[in-house]
Parts: sequence; C-alpha cells; structure tokens
Amino acid sequence: MIHRKSILRVVSKFLIPFIMLFAFYVQWHGDFGPGGGFQAGVILGAAFILYAILFGVGFGRKVIPPWVTRLMLSLGVLIYSGTGVLCLLLGGNFLDYNMLSHDPVHGQELGITLVEIGVGTTVTAAMVTIFFAFAGQSERDDEGDLEAPADKEA
Amino acid sequence: MTFDNLVTATHMSELINTAMLLFMAVTALAVAKLRNLFAVVMLTGIYSLVAAALYVVLDAVDVAFTEAAVGAGVATVLMLGTLALTKDTEKVTTGGNALKALVLVTITGAVLIWATFDMPLYGDPTAPINEHVAPRYINDSGKETGVPNIVTSVLASYRGYDTMGETFVIFTAAAGVITIIGRAPKKRRRKDKGGSEA
Repeated sequence: MIHRKSILRVVSKFLIPFIMLFAFYVQWHGDFGPGGGFQAGVILGAAFILYAILFGVGFGRKVIPPWVTRLMLSLGVLIYSGTGVLCLLLGGNFLDYNMLSHDPVHGQELGITLVEIGVGTTVTAAMVTIFFAFAGQSERDDEGDLEAPADKEA
Repeated sequence: MTFDNLVTATHMSELINTAMLLFMAVTALAVAKLRNLFAVVMLTGIYSLVAAALYVVLDAVDVAFTEAAVGAGVATVLMLGTLALTKDTEKVTTGGNALKALVLVTITGAVLIWATFDMPLYGDPTAPINEHVAPRYINDSGKETGVPNIVTSVLASYRGYDTMGETFVIFTAAAGVITIIGRAPKKRRRKDKGGSEA
C-alpha cells in the first residue's frame, strides 16, 4: 500500500541520490572548502535515515543491514588508527603523515584524506545505528503494510 | 573591498548578529515555557539553525556546517525518535523551589557575564589565542600540508590525536546505544509469544 506519504516518498526518492552525492562532495572536497569527514558522515547518514523514516525501519535495514553499519562503525576507527600505525611502521611518529610518501606534503595530503575517510565511515555508521536503535523500538507500532521482514536484531 | 564598504559590512553584521541572538533568546524562552515536547524539539532545531547562521556570520563555516547537520538535522530526528517512545507532553510539576532556582540561575549567569570581562575582545589580534600556534597554522599550514582549508589541516593533521579521540567517542556512543537498547525489540517479541522473562 503506497497511498500514504506518497508525495514525500516520491520526492525523497529523487532527493536521496543528491543528498548522497553532496555527502561525497563534502567528504572529498573538505580540504578545499568547508566540510570534511564528520559533516559528510552526518549527511550520508541522514540520507539513510530519511529513507528509513519514509519507508519504515524494516526497509531501511534492508538497504543498510545491521552487519554493514557495525562493520563500518569499527572499520572507520580502524582506518584512522591504522593510518597512525602505518606512520609508525614507516619510521615516523604516530599519525606523522610525512612518512606516507616520499614528499612530505603528498604524505600529509594522503594522510588527511585517509583519516577523513575513517571519520566519515564511523560517523555515517554511528548516525544510522543510533537512529535504527531508537526507531527499531517502536517499529512494530508503525504501519505494518510496508514492513519488510526484519533481518536479525538491531 | 574599500574601507567604507568594510565599515558598512561590519555594522550590517552587528545588526544581523543582534537580531539572530534575539531570535535565539526568544526560542530558548519558548523552549523553557512550552509543555508540548514536539514543539520543543522543533524549536531546538530552529535554535540550532539560527546558531548555524550566526557561525556563518562569524566566518566559521565549518562549525556552521556541523551545527546545521548535527544540531538541526540529526539531533532533531533522534529527539523525535525518543518522543515516539515516550509521551510528547511534559509532566507538570507544581511547587518545588522555583524561587531558589531563579536566584541560583541569576547568580550563575551574573558570574559568567562577570567572567567575560576578563576575556580578550572578539577578533583582538593580541589575544593569547591569536599569538600561540595560530600564526603558524595561518602562515605555514598551506606549505606544510598542501591543504588550503586551514580548519581541515588543523583537525586532521596538527590535531590528529584529538580528532582520533572524537572518532572513538562517536564509535563508543554508537556501541553504547547498541548495547543498551539495540536488542530490545527481539526481547519484546519473545515476551509477546508468551515467555515471561522480566
């Protein structure tokens, strides 16, 4: 049954790709303009949250299952600290990006890009996880018509 | 920009700042007064949005971006999610120590305002914060990191440890939410089927 909230649902389907594109723009353009991993993560998380609000938590979890968010949650932290450990292994201090490349400036750029990816990944997953944990509490009170079979636990 | 233009722009931004601070004060008062929590959540969202606009006027676009995305966006959604689990009207408590609370708040506020007299003026080039590491960031960060946005190079490189700590905080927050309420629906479902676990 798609009658309810149909305008919002159609409009959001048009908007969500652009929200995601904007999130990636903010992620990759953070070194030139305002933004960075944190803002990009929040925006990307908001795209998933918007979908889950309009189509129900069940479908939202089909799009981004709990195991994906949990993997992303820990992967982001791992990327960040892994970059630091990599600098250690290459002979520098922890998070000393100069070691990442022959040219210190290139190393810095690479290091900043890597840790921003880490931040973005963790923040996206954290936003989606927290929202699903809250919304999942009352999911069975929602309209049942659009409820996709729930996968596992939150 | 000529000097005259600069002066006009400064006056203009002062006017805008005052107007937006007034908006924020009115919103805060309305939040304190209202009992309908749905309206309160919406007003806190508006408060964050005005704060974000204020940060734009203060040239802190990165902070404004975060405030708009987190304060006005995600926080509002999370508060609404919480409201869906609880009631959307505040319980009215009569009596209490309203007068004592007012005195306490007034004294605290007065002390805070008094403390601001010791602070350097906004934008003062001789303020301690502008003489410590800021000149190096402004002068050398472009050469040292190759990143034009100083905020990004400070966040991710010069202050990489702090940002890593923040990332771990976010990770811990999400992990805590999963641990505390992440599995509740499953338990409830089991209880509905007839199990009688507490």
